[in-house]
Amino acid sequence: MRATMLAYTNHDSGIHRLTGAAKLIFFAVWSVSAMITYDTRCLLVLFLFSLFAFKISKVQFQDYAFVLYLILIFFVLNHIAIFLFSPLEGVRIYGTRHDVVHIAGRYTLTWEQLFYQFNIALKYAVVIPMALLFLMTTDPSEFSASLNRVGFNYKIAYSVSLALRYIPDIQRDYENISFSAQARGIDISRKEKLPRRLKNIILILMPLILTSIERIDKISTAMELRGFGQKEKRTWYRARPFARNDYIAIGIIAGIAVLTAWITFYDGSRYYNIFK
Amino acid sequence: MKRAVIEFQNFSFQYRAQTEPTLQDINLTITEGEKVLIIGPSGSGKSTLAHCLNGLIPFAYPGEMTGTMRMMGQEQKELGISELSNIVGTVLQDPDGQFVGLTVGEDIAFRLENEGIPQADMIGKVAAAARAVDIHEYLGAAPQSLSGGQKQKTTLGGVLVNEVGILLFDEPLASLDPYTGKKAIELIDRVQQETGKTVLIIEHRLEEVLHRPVDRIIVMSEGRIAADLTPAELLSSDLLRETGIREPLYLTALRYAGCPVTPEMNPQNLAMMELDSCTDKLQAWYDNHGAQPESPEYPPVLELRDISFGYEKSRPVLQGLSLQVGRGEMLCIAGRNGAGKSTVSKLICGFYRLASGTILMNGRDIGSDTIKERADRIGFVMQNPNHMISKTLLYDEVALGLRQRGIMEEEIGERVHGILKVCGLYPFRSWPVSALSYGQKKRVTIAAILVLQPEILILDEPTAGQDYRHYNEMMEFLLDLNQQGITVIMITHDMHLMLEYTERAIVLSDGIKVADDRPERVLTDTDVVRSANLKETSLFALAVKAGIRQPVEFVRRFIAHDRRSRGQ
Amino acid sequence: MAGRKALSIKTIVAIGIGSALFVILGRFGSIPSGIPNTNIETTYALLALFALLYGPAAGLLIGLIGHTLKDAILYGSPWFSWVIASAIAGLIIGLLTRTIAIHDGEFGKKEIIRFNLAQIAANAVAWFIAAPLLDIAIYAEPANKVFTQGLIAGAANMVAAGVIGTLLAIAYAKTRTKQGSLTKEA
Repeated sequence: MRATMLAYTNHDSGIHRLTGAAKLIFFAVWSVSAMITYDTRCLLVLFLFSLFAFKISKVQFQDYAFVLYLILIFFVLNHIAIFLFSPLEGVRIYGTRHDVVHIAGRYTLTWEQLFYQFNIALKYAVVIPMALLFLMTTDPSEFSASLNRVGFNYKIAYSVSLALRYIPDIQRDYENISFSAQARGIDISRKEKLPRRLKNIILILMPLILTSIERIDKISTAMELRGFGQKEKRTWYRARPFARNDYIAIGIIAGIAVLTAWITFYDGSRYYNIFK
Repeated sequence: MKRAVIEFQNFSFQYRAQTEPTLQDINLTITEGEKVLIIGPSGSGKSTLAHCLNGLIPFAYPGEMTGTMRMMGQEQKELGISELSNIVGTVLQDPDGQFVGLTVGEDIAFRLENEGIPQADMIGKVAAAARAVDIHEYLGAAPQSLSGGQKQKTTLGGVLVNEVGILLFDEPLASLDPYTGKKAIELIDRVQQETGKTVLIIEHRLEEVLHRPVDRIIVMSEGRIAADLTPAELLSSDLLRETGIREPLYLTALRYAGCPVTPEMNPQNLAMMELDSCTDKLQAWYDNHGAQPESPEYPPVLELRDISFGYEKSRPVLQGLSLQVGRGEMLCIAGRNGAGKSTVSKLICGFYRLASGTILMNGRDIGSDTIKERADRIGFVMQNPNHMISKTLLYDEVALGLRQRGIMEEEIGERVHGILKVCGLYPFRSWPVSALSYGQKKRVTIAAILVLQPEILILDEPTAGQDYRHYNEMMEFLLDLNQQGITVIMITHDMHLMLEYTERAIVLSDGIKVADDRPERVLTDTDVVRSANLKETSLFALAVKAGIRQPVEFVRRFIAHDRRSRGQ
Repeated sequence: MAGRKALSIKTIVAIGIGSALFVILGRFGSIPSGIPNTNIETTYALLALFALLYGPAAGLLIGLIGHTLKDAILYGSPWFSWVIASAIAGLIIGLLTRTIAIHDGEFGKKEIIRFNLAQIAANAVAWFIAAPLLDIAIYAEPANKVFTQGLIAGAANMVAAGVIGTLLAIAYAKTRTKQGSLTKEA
């Protein structure tokens, strides 16, 4: 079970020692920057930077290997889909056309398309390592405090904490329910036809949802009795104060954001064009 | 004269959705520093009383109150739920619902966080509360890695951190094994002595709570206070039997022996009890009740040979386990949390694959059978009936497995009605499941499995969360099924169930079988009892104290006699 | 239930548990639809049901938090355009079904139609419009690709919410109805 879900890794590294709030701000601004820019030079620099961050985090390859495979499969499928749907998207964007090879019908491989898809690939390659890193170096216990610190309402921040708290419990419920359903002959695999499959999944969801609704009532009663939500503010047992490195990290990301935005837009286009 | 912290005067309460009051004419005063036990069967109003104390009534469960109720001299109606929660700290029955923190430390801190206490002050307070409940070594542990007892300690820590005056425990023993339950009662006692707080315990398991002294016992029955007595007075009276609460087993034994119990004998504590007038009578009773026959031999139906299994490769849950189950037998598998007892049943049903070993059914290896194929012969009933119920109507729920198997509707009707009669559910056949009680729902899930005509029925904690009367009904029902030829395997840590309804108990500890014997022998073997988090039965202690030479046989004769007289 | 205060404790807990369910159903609860590479995600039945039960704020935040956590835990990185689309779907369903008193057991023919119109409108806005536009804006993906994907996903989610969500809501409503006239039969 455990090996198929991403989880916090408890190593001691500069990245782990940063507060959750600093990492959250860094990750959010980083993602937005990477989303905005299509400038190949920026993306390359960001990519190298994320590899460097990965290296100093001491996170082990086996901690995320399985996710990487999933991502790669998705990645390849998505690229094939882009090409199938729009083989000349690159030509449209860059305004020139240099053919590599004609495949069949409307499908011609062009340098522009290759470059365009290379940029898309690079965009993923910039965001994904940082997302992985954020997930694997942020203690879930600190996460809600961080959300609250960066400005989210503490009640909403706490609902994230509740989600993380109860995911394992609900997974256990789901397994038990689905086992006993299977024992009564309820099958949701491809062996059954679609209408039957839909009907059968309802038989599993029904007890899961109804017991979850009951659970919501129980938990909210318990939280009510323990004084949740009475005050305007809330403190956090596992919050951590900002240290020097946190300010440095936020400084770095601010610099990166300004630079990428400037480089990307100063010539009036999101795209870095090597064909003109 | 100590001051009164809780005062009810002519108090009644009626839930908005109900036609009759759940609490009627309550007059009750509890003074500071008292330790009071509130007992009563399910539906007696004891939980409603607790809701009034902690403010869930009327804030979460609206209804109509008459009369007065004062907490610390103030009218309850005038206090908000948050003010009340500064007076009364509640430890709820379900530890998973109350444990909202991601770790022990965060959960204990929850109340302080909500108060906005600065982090620096919080750390010391949390550490102190954790130490008070002896959970300080686990501050960073996640709830999923804790046992039921540790979770309960955490929730108690989370209440103590707030310096409330009154501690309210709502069925603290409900989800604990016997040994952990004993420890919980000791912890409550220690905390009370150290802090001098007022303690209220709501339970129906009287003998277990009396492991440590209480000042008073309030008996609830049908929404009223039926008695308000000291333990010694209550145990010397007939009130318990009249209200459907199980008296301590050693007192039942004394009653059978014809030995009157009086308050002067200290009946609330067996170790301190005055028994001189009873020893001869007990010995005479023992001699008059003949030896019980050995268990009959059963032909094997299910056999586990040298099976091993682990959810993760590095941590085996079961190691080289072998056991046999006879056709028509009724046995139980016991062991503490994580000993592997639930895993055994899941392996038998095919939910997980064995790492090694074989499972034979009627001599045939069923290793390659699917879950569904195994389910045709082995039925599995989960602990929580709500996890099994998929249909809104009782009839459809029981018919579900047959419909999935493509059986003709006419035959389904016959078989479902037949099973509903067996299970005592026939009068409810056109009811929605949601209108049934917890115990009835449990029966529905058993019916839904029985209708598939399994040879073996496996039940996970069949009596969990049920009071004495429902326990009796459930177990007599299972015994009936067993006598009709179904093999019954129960996964349990309920010692009464083991003693009274099984012929054999298999005890697991750390994935290894440590005992496989008659239950009274298992429950009197100190090493086994300790390894499985069980408890020595008080009957054995009574027999030893009374000087009976074969205490194990005494336990057995008592159980046989008790079952006969309860059956009448 | 979600009542007067937009963020009552119950709403907060519903967001937490709803998000956890979103993750679990996202992982185990997708059923192959028979069309290649298209699954019916039961998680969108859950989203529609919880938006109906606990209101627009819960719908919005379960979509947002649940989808982010699901992507993060299972794939290592949230796909922001679709995360936002989930949030929009939850919000709109919650807004359009606010007057259905399902907690009192009311979920008859009229309510079923209202609920389904709401979920169809919400899923259309989220998947036919919001998700593809965001995909283009954020990832500069080809328009015909993302609109096709949005169309398929939207249709599948409508089926999930319409069939599974409706049946779950009916079943829930039945557990809330008062059982006034039940008698034992001989």
